Amino acid sequence: MKYLAEYRDPKLARALVERIRRTATRRWTLMEVCGGQTHTIVKQGINDVLSDQVEMIHGPGCPVCVTPLEQIDRALHLASRPDVIFTSFGDMLRVPGSACDLLQVKARGGDVRAVYSPLDALELARRSPDKEVVFFAVGFETTAPANAMAVWRARELGVRNFSVLVSHVTVPPAMVAILEAPDNRVQGFLAAGHVCTVMGWTEYEPLAERYRVPIVVTGFEPMDILEGIWMAVRQLEDGRHEVENQYVRSVRREGNAAAQDLMGRVFQVVDRGWRGIGVIPASGLGLRPEFAEYDAELRFALGSIRADEPAECRAGDVLRGRIKPFECAAFGTSCTPESPLGAPMVSSEGACAAYHNFARAGRAAAPGA
Amino acid sequence: MCLGIPGRIVEMRRDGGLPMGVVDFGGVRREVCLAYVADEVALGDYVIIHVGFALSKVDEEEAHRTLEILRQMGELEELA
Repeated sequence: MKYLAEYRDPKLARALVERIRRTATRRWTLMEVCGGQTHTIVKQGINDVLSDQVEMIHGPGCPVCVTPLEQIDRALHLASRPDVIFTSFGDMLRVPGSACDLLQVKARGGDVRAVYSPLDALELARRSPDKEVVFFAVGFETTAPANAMAVWRARELGVRNFSVLVSHVTVPPAMVAILEAPDNRVQGFLAAGHVCTVMGWTEYEPLAERYRVPIVVTGFEPMDILEGIWMAVRQLEDGRHEVENQYVRSVRREGNAAAQDLMGRVFQVVDRGWRGIGVIPASGLGLRPEFAEYDAELRFALGSIRADEPAECRAGDVLRGRIKPFECAAFGTSCTPESPLGAPMVSSEGACAAYHNFARAGRAAAPGA
Repeated sequence: MCLGIPGRIVEMRRDGGLPMGVVDFGGVRREVCLAYVADEVALGDYVIIHVGFALSKVDEEEAHRTLEILRQMGELEELA
């Protein structure tokens, strides 16, 4: 496919690997904050072939993985109600809640449906006037404009049996939380190309300046990631700390103004809990008060549902880059993709699942291995 | 989750005021919302699609320029 195949050329990839090897005079520590990039890095063994030049720490870049347990439990509660059709992106269906997951609720008779677009959930509500249709609105800034549009259209079209369970998170506050941690080892970031397609990169400029870290807006294909790593390594070697854009074919400095505008009309910045990490101030999006009638948490009075995370799952340490997935005692034993303890083992973009599925690359990159 | 795939716009229309269209992903066609790129796209343009929404128009010039730089780099490495 055009604009995909070209960026997977093995010959060009080898040349870039060679370029990075020659540029790096020492081993640098970089973090990607995007599950799609994590998947590519581990699957293609990029961390493996460059293990002497860069350590890639896989940050909290998978929205499925950081959605708090109590939000999953609220989804399970809603999906079990006979008057509700619960809709979600497919990758949320197997994320374990306290007792079960959405697919198990479906097996017991709950009406749970995977949708491709939030507008599909809205259309379902229009066609099912005797049901309450709830959409699980998760995701980073990439997904927020789509979910904002579904709510906006619901109001425009007067659809009253539609609501959203919102668990939106934003990337820059998570980067600050990582950089502020006393044991932080991250020296540079690959910023997520599609988050920046929406938001641009101006909000990353003060971070690069304040924490003196290079930030390279990077795409998702193997060539993109290799070039992003090369640009970050070059900055580190030069002693620079700037925001650079590798993903020029999609990202402009100011981002997508129309998408930001509608996001701002529908959502406001809120404190948000991150699974395994805890509450990060001003790190999420919630519905503005004028859209309260579309808020499933209010409509179904879900506020009383609280949950504690299982102690055995070390997803928080993985998401913060403190341990690699295989350093968790549960990895591959009591926690597998078939029977996951935590979300990072479920999503194909989760670091634990990536290491589990592509174990050779993962183990080879173990520190000291 | 933030997966975005480039596809080519093959149809554009309005659905109750909302700019919509059909995008071709190497043979697979899907209905998408074009509201966020409506001012800058035309039939035949490539756009990045995420959960049924076009988020950006692919800058073909930049796409070619990136590849050209990468290709030259590949040739240089071979000479080196």
